[in-house]
Amino acid sequence: MATYSTNQFKGGLKIIIDGNPCSIVENEFVKPGKGQAFSRVKIRNLLNGRVIEKTYKSGESVEAADVVECELEYLYSDGEFWHFMDKASFEQVAVSKSALGDTHKWLKENDPYQVTLWNDEAIAVEPPNFVELKVAQTDPGLKGDTAQGGSKPATLETGAVVRVPLFIEEGELLKVDTRNGDYVSRAKG
Amino acid sequence: MSTQSWRPSAGIITLQARAKLIQKIRQFFIEREVLEVETPLVSHHTVTDPYLESLQCQLTADSSPLYLQTSPEYHMKRLLAAGSGSIFQICKNFRVDEQGRIHNPEFTLLEWYRVGFTHHDLMDEMDAFLQLILQQGAAQRLTYQAVFLKYLEIDPLSISGQALADYALKHGINDPGLDAHKDDWLMLLFSQLIEPKLQAVTFIYDYPASQAALAKINADNLAVCDRFEVYAGGVELANGFHELTDAAEQRQRFVDNQAKRKQQQQFVPALDAHFLTALEHGLPACAGVALGVDRLVMLALQQTNLASVLSFDFQRA
Repeated sequence: MATYSTNQFKGGLKIIIDGNPCSIVENEFVKPGKGQAFSRVKIRNLLNGRVIEKTYKSGESVEAADVVECELEYLYSDGEFWHFMDKASFEQVAVSKSALGDTHKWLKENDPYQVTLWNDEAIAVEPPNFVELKVAQTDPGLKGDTAQGGSKPATLETGAVVRVPLFIEEGELLKVDTRNGDYVSRAKG
Repeated sequence: MSTQSWRPSAGIITLQARAKLIQKIRQFFIEREVLEVETPLVSHHTVTDPYLESLQCQLTADSSPLYLQTSPEYHMKRLLAAGSGSIFQICKNFRVDEQGRIHNPEFTLLEWYRVGFTHHDLMDEMDAFLQLILQQGAAQRLTYQAVFLKYLEIDPLSISGQALADYALKHGINDPGLDAHKDDWLMLLFSQLIEPKLQAVTFIYDYPASQAALAKINADNLAVCDRFEVYAGGVELANGFHELTDAAEQRQRFVDNQAKRKQQQQFVPALDAHFLTALEHGLPACAGVALGVDRLVMLALQQTNLASVLSFDFQRA
């Protein structure tokens, strides 16, 4: 079993806490002049995204988590699993709905996604910062209608709903920022 | 290795400001006729403190181990016992495994001793010193008990170790394996819940007798000792004592330290015979304090980490 000592702690290190794979967000060395030294760490649980704080005595060891992040291409869904592929090795990974989380609304075939694997199982999927998606449905924009601040809702091909300028029409390809769900621009199709 | 990692971790302007502050520190003591001394960085002995680890080195492959000092305290007290009068020193010290935002394994201490001073006299002098260096107003003074009551509503002298563990859990601090060891819990809670609130210069005094280290036990209250610490900007800055002069009691504290280190399965250093013999010869009544110079400079220059005031931090050393 691989372990890390507290003096190896740093941001991004993957460790097992209470059986869950976690990533160290921040590590603070604490040492009262005359006292025991500690590591006070902020840790993100990679399964549910929750951040907790934990204190370790300096020099203690913690189990390492076999977590890797890789870029995989989205292929298709069979309704139960979402299938991704490593473009170099052609290896496929099946991702469950819970691991996929909110990313399902940004999934577009053949686009690259950041997939986190723990013991070779997918536990999280991050979309690229920007995706290009087609407008599936939006009402026609009325000329001079600025009551809504000049924007209207549009449903994209993946089901995501974003606010777009009034001039956007159904069938157009849009560039969207997945971090906040904001419309960026028309995509040059 | 980045192509920029040869560069200093502090800017040149910061190093110029640091040099000015060090000059100011020297001037403070020269004006008060306190003698500047230098003592060895490499010693045949090291401290028995349960939570201090010294770096070992050797002169030749087959010689016995030597130790880089964790503080100049024992050598300076030997000078005092030999009749030096009041002394000060600015020197490097080394502590194993102490690395972080406000820790560097090699760091600079200012340590000074005042013959005939009590720790209260020394706090007065320290206050004047910090007003000069940090350009701030007079410090506030609180007893250890008062600061716990003020911020945590806990009496640190009467509470049990288990009650402290329960309190910590309620405030989001898990037990890192301290069991019910009261002093360890007090120090952890202090560092996590009180220290960040001590932004203005604050003296904490009357520490529990169990945390006396090299301080006298208080003559009027055996539950506390004549030790103080200084905090500013949420950082521990200095530790001072009305110095223990009783050689027999000092020896007993060292033996207790050795027992604790043995129990913790740590390296157990031999007692420093030179130091104990000097105490037997007679240490004049005095008070002394050690202050982290790098941290002081960091606060004076409104920085938030040590690296930014060190020419080269440990990563670049």
